[in-house]
Amino acid sequence: MSEGLSQDDPDGRAAEFHDAWAGLLRAGHGSAVHPGTLSRLAGRSADLLHRARQDEEFDARLAEQAGAMLVDSHFTDPAVLADAVVLLQRYPVRDGRGPALCGAFAAGWAAALRERTLREQEAIRLAADTARQEVERALRSSEARFRALFESAAIGIGLGDTEGNILAVNRALQEIFGAGPEDMRGRRVNDLVHPEDTPGVWEAYEELISGKRDYFQFDKPYYRHDGEVVWTHLTVSLIRDDDGVPQYQVAMLEDITDRYRLQERLRHQATHDPLTGLPNRAAFFERLDDLFEDPEPGARFGLCYVDLDGFKVVNDSLGHDMGDQLLTAVAARLDAALTPLGHMVARLGGDEFVVLLENCRGEQEAVAAAKTVLAALAKPVLIGDHKLAVGASVGVLERRIATTTPGAAVRAADLTLYRAKEAGRGRWTLFDPKENARAVSRYAVSVRMPSALDRGEFFIDYQPMVDLASGSLVAVEALVRWRHPQLGVLGPEEFVGVAEETGLIMPLGRWVMEQSCGQAADWVARFGERAPKLSVNLAVRQARNAGLVGDIDRILRSTGLDPAMLQLEITESTVVGPEDEALKALHAVVDMGVSLAVDDFGTGWSNLAYLRDLPVSGLKIAGSFVGDLHDPAKDTHLGWRIVSGLVSLAHTLGLTVTAEGVESRADAERLRLMGCDWAQGWHFGRPVRPGEIARRIAEVNLPAADFAREN
Amino acid sequence: MRRPNWVPAGTDLDKPNAARVYDYYLGGSHNFEADREMARKAMELWPDLPQIMRANRAFLRRSVEYLAEQGHTRFLDIGSGIPTFGPVHEIARAIRPEARVVYVDHDPVAVAHSRLILKDDELCSVVEADLRDVPDLLSRPEVAELLAPGEPVVLLLVAVLHFVKDEDEPEKLVARLRDALPPGSALVICHASLEGRPDQAGSHQDLYKRTPTPLTMRSLERITGFFEGFELLEPGVVFLPEWRPDRPEAVGAHPERMTGAAGVGRLP
Repeated sequence: MSEGLSQDDPDGRAAEFHDAWAGLLRAGHGSAVHPGTLSRLAGRSADLLHRARQDEEFDARLAEQAGAMLVDSHFTDPAVLADAVVLLQRYPVRDGRGPALCGAFAAGWAAALRERTLREQEAIRLAADTARQEVERALRSSEARFRALFESAAIGIGLGDTEGNILAVNRALQEIFGAGPEDMRGRRVNDLVHPEDTPGVWEAYEELISGKRDYFQFDKPYYRHDGEVVWTHLTVSLIRDDDGVPQYQVAMLEDITDRYRLQERLRHQATHDPLTGLPNRAAFFERLDDLFEDPEPGARFGLCYVDLDGFKVVNDSLGHDMGDQLLTAVAARLDAALTPLGHMVARLGGDEFVVLLENCRGEQEAVAAAKTVLAALAKPVLIGDHKLAVGASVGVLERRIATTTPGAAVRAADLTLYRAKEAGRGRWTLFDPKENARAVSRYAVSVRMPSALDRGEFFIDYQPMVDLASGSLVAVEALVRWRHPQLGVLGPEEFVGVAEETGLIMPLGRWVMEQSCGQAADWVARFGERAPKLSVNLAVRQARNAGLVGDIDRILRSTGLDPAMLQLEITESTVVGPEDEALKALHAVVDMGVSLAVDDFGTGWSNLAYLRDLPVSGLKIAGSFVGDLHDPAKDTHLGWRIVSGLVSLAHTLGLTVTAEGVESRADAERLRLMGCDWAQGWHFGRPVRPGEIARRIAEVNLPAADFAREN
Repeated sequence: MRRPNWVPAGTDLDKPNAARVYDYYLGGSHNFEADREMARKAMELWPDLPQIMRANRAFLRRSVEYLAEQGHTRFLDIGSGIPTFGPVHEIARAIRPEARVVYVDHDPVAVAHSRLILKDDELCSVVEADLRDVPDLLSRPEVAELLAPGEPVVLLLVAVLHFVKDEDEPEKLVARLRDALPPGSALVICHASLEGRPDQAGSHQDLYKRTPTPLTMRSLERITGFFEGFELLEPGVVFLPEWRPDRPEAVGAHPERMTGAAGVGRLP
């Protein structure tokens, strides 16, 4: 019937309506639709309306269809309906069916919109339900996964609230506690205190539940349900809500009881003598090393080295078993007599014991300890039917910690003990440095020394020398060491004297010069201008040797070290007069560009006149001046005045001053204010392996430089 | 903190959702009261909004038609939402019956709805993924297959980048997607711009702050920046009605009132 459009419409009103209708659809939603699609829609719907208007018999369904067609094409805006009705009214129909036609169109549009709305609502509801089910399913499966993880974890897991109520525990945790689920119900975290709890564990717990920290870890013991103790490695984490408020705590516990017990046993075994139960050699040295680790300036310590008199006789005549019983009894007496005084008693091996006095107040206290040892062993020991009289000899050493090393101290105490033995048994003897040096050389040094160089038993440590004004590392002093197979590591003060006496100083001195110049040249190659100057001690005998100049020249050439990087340290006794042979050699060395410093200045009976003849450029103030500043027995004020005087004397002569033996920041600062140029001592670093020096050069800012920057 | 990917997003129907609000602007009924309440409030402040959404939809249609006419048959529509009318596959298939489309959205309801509609369509698939997690998005089998070497792909980022906050670095996200596209691919972007109606931008962004998808309008310069590495097709980045209009008069007197900036780029 659509082809009848032009026949039934002689005045062309239909074409006009069609155009107006298409224009109506193009506005609004139509702008989003493809023009071709829109034009097809306009044509089809206009056609329907045309038929509804013109057909002989009015068919409301045609208008309804047109209305529905718009909704189906997403013309759902009510404005479209309003515009359409206005347009339909503008083109009246002859037989007055206009209102009915408009009504039918509107009804068709509305019915379709209702259907569409319901369909879309249903679709979006279905989508929302599907999505929600999907979420729930995923949550269920994730919860199931978590539950499985929680329940079957090999590690004990417990969940608590921030009030400390235990909310859930897994099977592994029940097993650790030896408890059933009902036993854990209603328990509180605070009930789980154990007297051996690591200090800090409950503080950490309080911080955690109050939200100050997010987790902590400790090894912690618990009482099992049966009263036994179980050791655990405990990790507790805090769970917060989205706003960061603490919500729950999760504890994870691993049973480490076996490991803990084994560790405890091993630790005890490693540090205790199985026979007497006293701390063993390792424990003693560990304690001694700790003491030397970071001592207070001026801190002192004491050692009593104890050896039983006549123990060998007991052992040989009455048997090892009796000997062991005797040792056990002796150990018990020493422990009872000295441990309450705060001293450590250790068994070093055989019938040797040692008493360590930390924070010793002086020689008297150490001697008192030695007397206590002798008194404790005065009465005979009753073993079975035997009444055994045991005596002991004691070597007593009492020193400032800063003046020695653990190895040297024990060796010195041991040698002092031998002097006590030699002097007759049952007595104590006090350490004497001269006797000690003599004993060292007598016992071991002189015999072995000649071959030690060939065996490679010597090595060189380097001690930092620091510029006080800038705090930077400017030089290092080469210090030779001897790794003696029986005596351990010996310092130069313990063997250089013997080396001088035996003449070994010549090859040893040359070896030190070669090694250290090579090392210094290596630092220059690696670090350039940051490399420290090298300072090497020159023994009297070396200075007097005709070959010195040639040796140094050869060594500098072969190592490639710039002579300006080398300083030789001589003592006041090297040059005794203006005619001295040594003087010529030293001038020749200085002419090569090497500098010269006087070591231990102020300790000899100085003939200051030699300063006029010697081409020295620096003085090193002996460590004893600075060290003595802490000795309560000496006049501190006077000590500083001597140092100050030496500094100004040196500066008057145009010499660089180095202070040795500087042990504290306060001393370093005081020396700096006095104008002292360089310093060395424990405060700036002990003698160390060359690798450690390289590490310090590499660190541009030395920690020791702090004091200089603060002012 | 990002959720682990096996814990799905919530489906809170009491909060307005960008996809359903958009549907309401376009006269659809795929929405709930919370969506309508927000949309009504927005329209009260800015009565042009339905018209803007239609302009947006019209741009999507024109760009897909244009690219399909150029021979494109693969489309990746990220942020597809609820395709109220004229979804990409319908537009493309009018020209390329073999066209394949992967729809991506991070709203579980929109995804569920799309799946209901497309369950019998073998050439289309729907992926629930987040544009902010590009590696995860690219690792989805449907996406990986579509991007497999061979044929260029049309990447559609239509009205979605303005839901990516600056802190999520939208430029980087687009660049990562770009790097995954075969040569000859195309990028379609439209994005709410600050320049069209500066007077409306502030209050409109405020309204979206309450939704799970806050809105960030950006300058034309920044929107153009998203096309780094692409050759912008004529007429460049322009206001929505200005991009290759069906008829010159369809641009209207004030294209800037449609505020959205649109452009299409081609990957060399």
